[in-house]
Amino acid sequence: MSEEIKLTREQTLNVAYLADLVLSEEEIEKFRSWLKEALDCTLVLQELDTTHLLQVGHITGLTNVWQEDVIKPSLTQEQALANAPRSLAGYFRVNCVLEK
Amino acid sequence: MNYLNQLTIKQALSGLEQKEFTCQELVQDCLQAIDKHDPKLKAYLTVEPEQALAAAQKADQNRASGQAGFLEGIPLAIKDNFSVQGMRTTASSKMLDDYVPPFNATVIARLRAAGTIVLGKTNLDAFAHGSSTETSDYFTTLNPWDTSRLPGGSSGGSAAAVSADLCLGAMGSETAGSVRGPASWCGCTGFKPTYGRVSRYGVVAMASSTDSPGPLTKTIEDAALILQIIAGQDEHDSTSSPLAVGDYLAACAKEIKGVKIGLPKQYFLPEISDDIKQAVMDAVREFEKMGASVQEVDCLDPKYSIAVYTILQRAEVASNLSRLDGNRYGNNRSFMGDEAVNRIMSGTYVLAAEFQDQYYRKGKKVRQMIIDNFASIFEQVDVLMSPTFPMLAPRVGASQETAIFGELMDVLVEPSSLAGLPGLGIPCGFAQPKDGDKKLPIGMQIIGSHFSEELLFSLGHAYQQATSWHLEKPMLS
Repeated sequence: MSEEIKLTREQTLNVAYLADLVLSEEEIEKFRSWLKEALDCTLVLQELDTTHLLQVGHITGLTNVWQEDVIKPSLTQEQALANAPRSLAGYFRVNCVLEK
Repeated sequence: MNYLNQLTIKQALSGLEQKEFTCQELVQDCLQAIDKHDPKLKAYLTVEPEQALAAAQKADQNRASGQAGFLEGIPLAIKDNFSVQGMRTTASSKMLDDYVPPFNATVIARLRAAGTIVLGKTNLDAFAHGSSTETSDYFTTLNPWDTSRLPGGSSGGSAAAVSADLCLGAMGSETAGSVRGPASWCGCTGFKPTYGRVSRYGVVAMASSTDSPGPLTKTIEDAALILQIIAGQDEHDSTSSPLAVGDYLAACAKEIKGVKIGLPKQYFLPEISDDIKQAVMDAVREFEKMGASVQEVDCLDPKYSIAVYTILQRAEVASNLSRLDGNRYGNNRSFMGDEAVNRIMSGTYVLAAEFQDQYYRKGKKVRQMIIDNFASIFEQVDVLMSPTFPMLAPRVGASQETAIFGELMDVLVEPSSLAGLPGLGIPCGFAQPKDGDKKLPIGMQIIGSHFSEELLFSLGHAYQQATSWHLEKPMLS
């Protein structure tokens, strides 16, 4: 078994940033230690030689699933917007992502 | 006095056909049981009495006019990660606190077309992340056999509702153990089909390469009745299988003489109590008496599956939950509970370019190794039998002792889930825990090769004909 995984506060914050999560000061250490515990439990895989193995594809062996490209009945615009927290003139309203 | 909610689906269908009672009476008895016992058990997140009674009235009309569906008038509980059109669907997460789906999951569309009635939506671990229901953002469901204990999860609400007769049957979903596990701790029957046998469309996604909807029921025959309706290819789920669906009820009636049972040595872990091992071995002897043969087999150590499952499931969770941005539906990401954040964090980490080879790609290779290992085992034997969960239902609060409680509880079901195999969970005995005075159910699992559902139904039914563990009921106060 290789040595335990080291995980810094900065790495934890970077992962949270990538996942679009905001952590409070108290949460940073909690999720750092939980992340470390999860990663530590994966170390056993290093015991296994997988050099000549391919990564799994579809687990029951399905390949190339196709269907005709035909328009079928779908949600109305009203239905699609029914759960939107914010909408305007038939569109989803979202925060601005580009600075002016 | 017996109430209609205590019937099995098969018994209720017979009673409805013979006009011994109506669908409305059946639903009313279920609603009364929910009123009486659910405030304590907390199996349901949402109950819809008016919708259920209206559907029951329609079902009675359909029966009277000779237009009854296959399961016309049967009231079911539905795990709250299935989209039910017009009914709040939260997946037990405050992220989706007020989400009302504009469409039905394929499973629900098929069940409704067959005449079943949705009583309400049952509690689960938020986004199905767990094996206890303790990570639900709303509340913890309690085990009907001992309300100081956990029901298992993630389909814990459905299992508790079935066990306490708060419905006739229920839908659950399993990514790794979420049907078989709670069936084990609540003493009911749980059937996890082969991956792709049942459409995932409209089920709030957890790990898409593993998620498998499956029924929780009072008997194996009832599971056959539900699977008969929900199995089959679906154009909305490209991973659903084009293979023909078998006749599951007919399979229940088949003899099991000559079936080769494998006992995976590595699944009888030292930490599993003798009570559980003994109950499973007693069940194996029952199968032997019915003409099955038994042999020990070597399996890849299930500890590798915990590692693979932790990596791949969390990677898929991070990816699936990234679509929940609070723009089209639901709340913003600050509403994610701790367990969701926990899994998204580790999933994001193992998918990061820097670590992909070490974690995600390695995990996918070992998953192939697990699939190959099962394939070679099923050249020697037809099915595998083992305990389902490694312990009896623990006390409420147990899941907070480790960040990977779910993965640890699911150790014996993760390998077959990763390989996409079908698995049946059935009650096989009772034991008194060291830390309590109430007897608790013991569950065992029967794992088959891909698309061997019919064989599992034959074995399950033969066992439930020979034994009466599945008929035992908790004393509800």
